[in-house]
Amino acid sequence: MSEALVRSRRFFTRAEVSDDLRSLHRTGGRGADDFYRDRWSHDKVVRSTHGVNCTGSCSWKVYVKDGIITWETQQTDYPSVGPDKPEYEPRGCPRGAAFSWYTYSPTRVRYPYVRGVLLQMYREAKSQHDGDPVKAWAHVVDNPLRAKAYKSARGKGGLVRASWDEATEMVAAAYVHTIRKWGPDRVAGFSPIPAMSMVSHASGARFTSLVGGTMLSFYDWYADLPVASPQVFGDQTDVPESGDWWDAGYLIMWGSNLPVTRTPDAHWMAEARYRGQKVVAVAPDYADNVKFADEWLPARPGTDGALAMAMGHVILREFFVDRPTPYFTDYTKRYTDLPYLVVLDDLGGGTYRPGKFLTAADLPTHRNAENAHFKTVVMDTRTDEPVVPNGSLGHRFGETGVGRWNLDLEDVDPKLSLADTSWDSVLVRLPRFDTPDGAAQDLSRGVPVRRVGQHLVTTVYDLMLAQYGVGRPGLPGEWPASYDDAAAPYTPAWQEQVTGVPAAAAARIAREFARNAEESRGRSMIVMGAGTNHWFHSDTIYRGFLALTTLTGCQGVNGGGWAHYVGQEKCRPITGWAQLAFGLDWTRPPRQMIQTAYWYLHTDQYRYDHFGADTLSARTGQGRFGGRTTADLIAQSARMGWMPSYPTFDRNPHDLADEAAAAGRPVAEHVVAQLKSGDLRFACEDPDSPENFPRILAIWRANLLGSSAKGNEYFLKHLLGADSSLRASEAPEGSRPRDVTWHDEAPEGKLDLLLSLDFRQTSTTIFSDVVLPAATWYEKHDLNTTDMHPFVHSFNPAIAPPWQTRTDWDAWQTIATKFSELAAEHLGTRTDVVAVPLLHDTPDAMANPHGVVRDWKAGECEPVPGVTMPKLVAVERDYAAVGAKMQALGPLMEKLGTTTKGVTYDVNASVDYLRAKNGAVRGGPADGRPSLKRDVHACEAILALSGTTNGHLATQGFKTLEKRTGTLLHDLAAEHEGKQITFADTQAAPTPVITSPEWSGSETGGRRYSPFTINVERLKPWHTLTGRQHFYLDHDWMAELGENLPVYRPPLNMGALFAEPSLGDVGELGVTVRYLTPHNKWSIHSEYQDNLFMLSLSRGGQTIWMSDKDAAKVGVEDNDWVEAVNRNGVVVARAVVSHRMPEGTVYMHHAQDRLIDVPIAETSKKRGGIHNSLTRLLVKPSHLIGGYAQLSFAFNYLGPTGNQRDEVTVIRKRSQEVTY
Amino acid sequence: MRVMAQMAMVMNLDKCIGCHTCSVTCKQAWTNRAGTEYVWFNNVETRPGQGYPRTYEDQERWKGGWELNRRGRLKLKGGGRLKKLATIFSNPIMPSLKDYYEPWTYDYATLTDAPAQEHTPVARPKSLISGKDMKIEWSANWDDNLGGSAATAANDPVLRKISDTVKFEFEQTFMFYLPRICEHCLNPSCAASCPSGAIYKRAEDGIVLVDQDRCRGWRMCVSGCPYKKVYFNHRTGKAEKCTFCFPRIEVGLPTVCSETCVGRLRYIGLVLYDADRVLEAASTPDDHDLYEAQRSVFLDPSDPAVVREAERAGIPRDWVEAAQRSPIHALINRYKVALPLHPEYRTMPMVWYIPPLSPVVDVVRDTGEDAEDERNLFAAIEALRIPIEYLAELFTAGDVAPVDAVLRRLAAMRSYMRDLNLGREPDGSIPAAVGMSEEEMYDMYRLLALAKYDERY
Repeated sequence: MSEALVRSRRFFTRAEVSDDLRSLHRTGGRGADDFYRDRWSHDKVVRSTHGVNCTGSCSWKVYVKDGIITWETQQTDYPSVGPDKPEYEPRGCPRGAAFSWYTYSPTRVRYPYVRGVLLQMYREAKSQHDGDPVKAWAHVVDNPLRAKAYKSARGKGGLVRASWDEATEMVAAAYVHTIRKWGPDRVAGFSPIPAMSMVSHASGARFTSLVGGTMLSFYDWYADLPVASPQVFGDQTDVPESGDWWDAGYLIMWGSNLPVTRTPDAHWMAEARYRGQKVVAVAPDYADNVKFADEWLPARPGTDGALAMAMGHVILREFFVDRPTPYFTDYTKRYTDLPYLVVLDDLGGGTYRPGKFLTAADLPTHRNAENAHFKTVVMDTRTDEPVVPNGSLGHRFGETGVGRWNLDLEDVDPKLSLADTSWDSVLVRLPRFDTPDGAAQDLSRGVPVRRVGQHLVTTVYDLMLAQYGVGRPGLPGEWPASYDDAAAPYTPAWQEQVTGVPAAAAARIAREFARNAEESRGRSMIVMGAGTNHWFHSDTIYRGFLALTTLTGCQGVNGGGWAHYVGQEKCRPITGWAQLAFGLDWTRPPRQMIQTAYWYLHTDQYRYDHFGADTLSARTGQGRFGGRTTADLIAQSARMGWMPSYPTFDRNPHDLADEAAAAGRPVAEHVVAQLKSGDLRFACEDPDSPENFPRILAIWRANLLGSSAKGNEYFLKHLLGADSSLRASEAPEGSRPRDVTWHDEAPEGKLDLLLSLDFRQTSTTIFSDVVLPAATWYEKHDLNTTDMHPFVHSFNPAIAPPWQTRTDWDAWQTIATKFSELAAEHLGTRTDVVAVPLLHDTPDAMANPHGVVRDWKAGECEPVPGVTMPKLVAVERDYAAVGAKMQALGPLMEKLGTTTKGVTYDVNASVDYLRAKNGAVRGGPADGRPSLKRDVHACEAILALSGTTNGHLATQGFKTLEKRTGTLLHDLAAEHEGKQITFADTQAAPTPVITSPEWSGSETGGRRYSPFTINVERLKPWHTLTGRQHFYLDHDWMAELGENLPVYRPPLNMGALFAEPSLGDVGELGVTVRYLTPHNKWSIHSEYQDNLFMLSLSRGGQTIWMSDKDAAKVGVEDNDWVEAVNRNGVVVARAVVSHRMPEGTVYMHHAQDRLIDVPIAETSKKRGGIHNSLTRLLVKPSHLIGGYAQLSFAFNYLGPTGNQRDEVTVIRKRSQEVTY
Repeated sequence: MRVMAQMAMVMNLDKCIGCHTCSVTCKQAWTNRAGTEYVWFNNVETRPGQGYPRTYEDQERWKGGWELNRRGRLKLKGGGRLKKLATIFSNPIMPSLKDYYEPWTYDYATLTDAPAQEHTPVARPKSLISGKDMKIEWSANWDDNLGGSAATAANDPVLRKISDTVKFEFEQTFMFYLPRICEHCLNPSCAASCPSGAIYKRAEDGIVLVDQDRCRGWRMCVSGCPYKKVYFNHRTGKAEKCTFCFPRIEVGLPTVCSETCVGRLRYIGLVLYDADRVLEAASTPDDHDLYEAQRSVFLDPSDPAVVREAERAGIPRDWVEAAQRSPIHALINRYKVALPLHPEYRTMPMVWYIPPLSPVVDVVRDTGEDAEDERNLFAAIEALRIPIEYLAELFTAGDVAPVDAVLRRLAAMRSYMRDLNLGREPDGSIPAAVGMSEEEMYDMYRLLALAKYDERY
């Protein structure tokens, strides 16, 4: 019968049934398909992107039907990179593809919300104070009981709806009151990564800066800043676009899981293999990228530095000493500090210690030259005499350096080693830290020396060979016998014990890497990432990597060098963005703070450090940190002007200015006198005293408490005064800070107002006092760039902001206008005193010759603003005008121009252009100025004021630079001199940017971007002491830490520092494991982790990955509920058990937030924590160095990193019955 | 000869990064609606792993596809039409929701609406089927990246077939990704299983569709499809499946999954085949010969005789030209690097795969030999981290020879191109060793590595 049924089809359908009844073909008559046709239809497609910190910068098509966003797919219209290369299309990832879910999701913040108990008290207070919002706010926050009532309710539900008017009025009142009572530097703003949406970043940053508030750094805070970059290159970070991976002949992925963290770019790696590129992966687990690699080196977590040092050992041995390689020799002589002379300090007993760079000041013939202490010296092969080549820091500033700041060696041939003419040698003591607990030891190795004047000197190269253990006949000391000598650093066999990577493999990869570089002239590349960059000692790990790429001549070469991708650091139109974001068009200087130190102090994490700062010192150090804690060093760095510190003084800066005026003396003089007398102190010397608390924190485009707040429970307890699961003990007497005041009771609830702007609920919004509903990335205009590709492209609204949401630009204008209304009565115009640290790329970098520490408080020198302490700048603030200034481009543009990385631009023409393009503001304090009212105006301003997007400025900047370098540069931008990228251009398609002095690479002629190609090809110096890439750092504190040269330092020993159990211990409480928080496949930090699509494709909630072996130790099976506990907090999650994980290490992928399926913890009886509940901040002293050459502060350029990798935890199976 | 045109796809697994963008864009466009919450027309599986729905490849259990009867004739593995009719009201071999997964959402609104309370508000998982609280215990991608491997990977039906004991040990870890859509088979068993005649193959391009008006929801297609790529919409009571994005294809756009593939690994193109020879090929006695048999059904679109026949069959000239330019034809028949997925199901699948070449030099490394040397690359093929037998069970019914040949070609391409990359004299013996000319090898490199938009689709 069934056959008959089927046969009947032939007669009843308009289809063709095959003879064997096997198949049915049909033509025509397809009304039944309409459903799918309808579903595909749409009214319009709008270009936008995702303002998320992933570096993707992908352009998307957003589909709209009947006024509803339906979905998104990737744009494919990137300009071609050439006929013989793959293309950038399509760019995107599953996270981005799921974004439109947020638009209408139930986690969307649709209206303004205020913490109910606070709003109620505020309303009552307002009615008691004749409707004055400022008095009402004071009434609430200045009363301890009332303050505690709403602060202790943070994070416990109870948000209630408010109107925009009421919510922003209360916020504005809080700002006015705080500025009046405590000072503008008690107000802080946090929004990271301008590149991902520049206008949105600039919105609140502009407001914060104009009111004198403090913008918090992010790149160092995220631990994405590789401190080795300023140390080695004098640059924040500059890296190749992903298209340049294609140019590499050899690629090592080192702690960078490209398919997960560089999803839109990973194809370049996959495809370059087909061009014969060899690919190596170094990863502790079988990570997603290992699938692509020809070799997998599973180095144990945190030991990457040891592998790098051993590879350096092999390269120095085989390619420098045994067989000098002309390409490498020539490169390192010209572009690195290897030939520069270093003075050896006599320790007595026939041993020496590497000291300071020899400078012109040490040479009788140059002693009186301008900036002589900043002109370094090499030995010339031809004359065998010391010479002072062009291009060092001393040439960068001053009259005599004009035309001489370049890398032209002219007819000088610097000696790499002094061993060729002099066999005099001495023993130098070198540090080592390679015991399992990282304890400091040292060893002695010989270097060839010469006497110059009264100084005994050697070269950096000779010191490098000693450090790496590459012996040469005739030199005394302890040298490895061979590669197989496991006892001596840094042989391949030595590293095998540390990393677990076979010695032969380490040696062979090093050899292959160098051989490829030799043959291809520098096309060997290392892609490095958060896996190696988030450790406490990541700067030393990275210096080990950079030694490999620099020794082999790969930096500044297309297809070669470091490729560090952690954080979307490249805001290509940086100059224009910076003017808007920091209000530099109206007021200078802005306040910019290193966020790690800020929270280390203000969340009281410093109180839980039980160890002295000298725990980290080398045995070759001079005991500089003895008796002090990290907090003491932060205070010292601040008062010496090395690093910024806000709040700066223990007094309202307005009051300081008033006092000075009353005393009839300049503010700076008054402050210095007060500091000297001890009547005034730096706030960081007493962070727990109420006048020094941060009072307001505004967060937009960020999720501090769900994502980046290392030491999450410390934040909850001390900053917010909320419930926490903190279990750590405070430092006992004897282990406490010496200079920083200790209060017996640690404050809780320092912050008066936590304001957040977001489009979704996060851990930050649910702890906030006020939540303002933000427009999403499909509902506004903005700009987006990345380091991964060379294009600038746009956000555009697919729909208008729905419900009561507003764009960040709009929201902050609203707040600013309210603020100015209230300020007119309560603040008026006041004088502020801004303390500015010694800045990079300015003559400040010459404040401390030889990097010698001079602490005025210790009586080592006088406090001199701008030399031995911060500059003190009086700034007039007309608070009632802030609203007007927000909306217009200010007059300092024409008056002072713009300055980026030491190059100043005349932007008169751009201002005229913008006045015409955007229209002028009429009336008020900004009368006649170009409008910035709309987000589109801000976009145009950013594009017009940056060299990368305005060819006139790029050319002008290069011409300015040419005067200093004396080399040809402006032709690099000449091909685009007439090009002005407009916002409309970025709406039409991703638009390639213009080669500009704002960055170090050249895109001229359509080549792929690679950093430092301008330095290498045009002999433009790096922004360092020698003007070359540095292997050697001679600052006092670097010597103290034993880090003059690349060195291996193991992960911190948490057992020794904090009495955590030892790794591998199994006890009643579970197994002790290393606790890593790598990036998640299903989210970008905390973004998307709550997205239903991503949750459906993963395990649907917080998970911890562990090895089958560790799981077996504590009876955990896949998907079991587990608890991870250490002194910092408690996490509840489900276990993912897999054999791809190494034994002894668990992964809790980064920023899963606490909002999705997190039960109550057994341990704390509170809601389980997030990934950062088990971490905390630890500050490395060398990151606090400032005021010396490349080790000088710039915002997001240098500062202590918020690293979190060195942590351990105990993990166990918990009851499978969970409650919420 | 009866020339027909078929829209087909090749995925280069060697480039797949396992990102699942294809799954998400497909789901957003097609199955993001009530009744299809659990449905992923496109999914990506981590291998080794169970797949979605779990263990779907175990045809001894699920009885999908075709088999040969004692007389060597093709019959549905799930039984003939009589059996189908007998079980029409209680299909016994249907994957249950448990085999797919119970879809869920969260009570997100509580994050905003929670009153003042003791604990931080949290959104709990709620079943999208029952609306009740649930513990999440399985998903469409549960074993992503070998998650839960100890507990689940041993149930991988492909793994169970290979004789080598694959140890799940850290040092020997391997994995790769397998993105899957409907195969749009030349010999679709879903269509043959449908009692309502609702599943049809479009005559002009071979796309297999379910007629939504005609479908009666018997779900025999779900059982009949060995790839489990027909799904039941529990809201409408009809079967739904991947449509090869025909509304896009018809206006010259690639499928959503292809255009949004950031690994740039999907190719789409037309293939001409001889419809008269499908049955014969699908009835090839030895499973190992099915790959070659299916290739033999494809016609050379540049052969004047084929062009003539195509014209006679009413295939427009631009379609014939498209078939000539087709990257699918090039990858399957010219360079012979693409292989069918489970040819032993005898459905003549039309989504083919280039197997992954994943880390190849481990063993060579241990011998201390030069890992760059092309001869060593070849030697390493036998020592892939991914057991070649595993790939063969996926793509060639267990015959390792064709997989080996593909991997050798890929390895040879890398080796040949390395010389060019470094400016050395190219070595013609390398392509010759894998039966290719230098020009062919370079053209294959262009297609696989440069993979320009215009050449992928």
